[in-house]
Amino acid sequence: MQHIISVLVENRFGVLARIAGLFSSRGFNIDSLAVSETQDPTMSRINLIVSGDDHIIEQVNKQLNKLIDVIKVQDLTREPHIERELVLVKINCLPKNRAEIIQIVNIFDAKVVDFSKKSITVEIIGTEEKLNSFFELMKVFGIREISRTGRIALPRGD
Amino acid sequence: MTGAQIVIDALQKEGVDVIFGFPGGAILDVFDVLDRSPIKFILVRHEQGAAHAADGYARATGKVGVCMATSGPGATNLVTGIATAYMDSVPIVAFTGQVPTGMIGNDAFQEVAIVNITQSITKHNFLVKDVRDLPRIIKEAFYIARTGRPGPVLIDLPKDVQKSTLSDYKYPESVEIRSYKPIYDGHPLMIKKAIAAIERSERPVIYAGGGIIVSNASKELRELAERCDIPVTTTLLGLGAFPETHPLSLKMLGMHGTQYANFAINEADLLIAIGARFDDRVTGKISEFAPNAKDIIHIDIDPSAISKNVKVSIPVVGDCKRTLQKILKNIKPLKHTAWVERCKEWKKQYPLKFKDDDILRPQYVIEQVYKLTKGEAIIVTEVGQHQMWAAHYYNYTKPRTFLSSGGLGTMGYGFPAAIGAQAAFPDKMVIDIAGDGSIQMNIQELATVSSYNLPVKIVVINNHYLGMVRQWQELFYGRNYAYTCLRRRADCPPFCQGSRPECPEFIPDFVKLAEAYGVVGLRAMRKEEVVPALQKAFETPKPALVDCWVYEEENVFPMIPAGASIKQMIGGMA
Ligand SMILES: Cc1ncc(C[n+]2csc(CCOP(=O)(O)OP(=O)(O)O)c2C)c(N)n1
Ligand SMILES: [Mg+2]
Repeated sequence: MQHIISVLVENRFGVLARIAGLFSSRGFNIDSLAVSETQDPTMSRINLIVSGDDHIIEQVNKQLNKLIDVIKVQDLTREPHIERELVLVKINCLPKNRAEIIQIVNIFDAKVVDFSKKSITVEIIGTEEKLNSFFELMKVFGIREISRTGRIALPRGD
Repeated sequence: MTGAQIVIDALQKEGVDVIFGFPGGAILDVFDVLDRSPIKFILVRHEQGAAHAADGYARATGKVGVCMATSGPGATNLVTGIATAYMDSVPIVAFTGQVPTGMIGNDAFQEVAIVNITQSITKHNFLVKDVRDLPRIIKEAFYIARTGRPGPVLIDLPKDVQKSTLSDYKYPESVEIRSYKPIYDGHPLMIKKAIAAIERSERPVIYAGGGIIVSNASKELRELAERCDIPVTTTLLGLGAFPETHPLSLKMLGMHGTQYANFAINEADLLIAIGARFDDRVTGKISEFAPNAKDIIHIDIDPSAISKNVKVSIPVVGDCKRTLQKILKNIKPLKHTAWVERCKEWKKQYPLKFKDDDILRPQYVIEQVYKLTKGEAIIVTEVGQHQMWAAHYYNYTKPRTFLSSGGLGTMGYGFPAAIGAQAAFPDKMVIDIAGDGSIQMNIQELATVSSYNLPVKIVVINNHYLGMVRQWQELFYGRNYAYTCLRRRADCPPFCQGSRPECPEFIPDFVKLAEAYGVVGLRAMRKEEVVPALQKAFETPKPALVDCWVYEEENVFPMIPAGASIKQMIGGMA
């Protein structure tokens, strides 16, 4: 099962390398990873998507906690949370398809951010499920390139 | 003050009295200051020796060991020693020189990214980029190394940081690391559950590891065992945590554990693991380990050690000593007469034994070392068969008297680690039980013991083989002794299955080699020569090496093959 794990770390040089190194040396798989500074500039938040059974996820949690630079580890999968990902998708777009593509884009609450003779670039935000169904529909026209931020999340409420 | 001066001042404030190391261009500034300081420096002959010596010092004293090397090759030579300390949770702080900050990343002369290289084998490491961070980093390094589950910490010191000055230097009095808060006190509910499980058990066994020694909990362990009448087995790293001469001692468990310890684990209805980590050399086949245990209590300071290999029903995350004290506060005296009797019966029926004939057997040498030292020495080992015999035929009664590389199994550990222990305790008898293969991995340290007159005694259990590997070849590879004979020459026949009269001489001549370094060299070729040679070696105030030519194809038994269960245990008699 996929877990989304939020890790608060010291915003220091080399910390990301430690986290990545931990995963590779212990044989855990990272499906996606997103890092950025938080409201406190001395801290960064790393959002990790990891697959594994309960035993593996428990070890991932414990091993992350063992790193000196890690302040807090939260497995958000286990609690109510909001999850988003932003994707830029470049789609083949001939003039005859334009209207249809834009219609789909609108339905998905996405945004056209670039236009050219043969392609259109769309910005879309959502959950894994929403993104997948969007990609599915766009396959008909041909997806040229995708760039994803990786999933990020925060727990709901206070 | 310069960065280099700060380092030496900080080390003194941390109570460091000895450093093991080897100089080079990128660490020269620190050495220059060190030379004028009261800290003793021991110049090893290879940086691996420095890391192991710091480790031996730390294991023998419980204090943080310190080693120091230059950048590049000096730093990489430390790596095996750092990994050894990491696997066995030994607190050391390693300082490495580094190229100036402005040159980092340029593939400068003798530049390696030692912080990256050691990331997975240190508890933590630092690259100091600014001299202003240096005092805090050193303070944190020592704190991290010795607290929680201890481990090695590395500080990489660029040359310009050593040279730059800090006008308002003050060594911090305290440490505050918001992201590092070891848990010392076990959860009260879990402690309650543990007590209840112990009180209802009929066949409890304590399985004690190195954590008992790390947290100085031997006294509490003994009190628990005696008050509740519970037999105790220890891991290799736990030797000395509980007196092996005690009636409740089952000695070591696991792959080369005693039969009675493994029988007891097999029948126990409660396993109390304290400061141990269910290593595969202990458990063998996981699914058949402690099959009758209704409960497993696991006390350990490292949460990640709990339920990693074996599912545990009562986890207690906390310091062994404090947790045991809490248990002792509330637990009733118990009697397990029938069970303890059964264990004693096994001990009588299946003792560790070897053939007592005219042949010089390796086990005999260890037994004599035990008798001559009355069990009062610090025994250090290399890795191999001799290590297991040293574990079997010497009774350890005090913590920090058996130092051995358990987790990494590093050949070449013993001799430099013995140097570290001897530097800490100049008046104690420190003996490296060595294999003829292992000792050659750090043999250059003969120069170190000689020049500092550190009276370390080396007892080489010389079987002319990489014996432990040969044993596996004998048992599992059809007796094809591929590349394990240390006498082998180019003109030997291809498939060797053991030595013949026409075999070449053994290289090197350890006695001559010792003498070449100014170390006393002695040899025992026959059984009756062992005691006189050992006596001579132990009596001389100088370092000495005793080369004991033992029966070559002796095996370490009992043995549970890797990944097997107790049902596949091989032989009691060697
Ligand atoms: C650095 C290193 N290389 C290889 C090994 C694998 N190994 C384990 S025991 C052993 C043989 C050790 O030979 P020796 O020191 O003569 O000890 P003996 O088993 O003969 O007593 C070897 C090669 C190891 N443990 N460490
Ligand atoms: Mg040997």
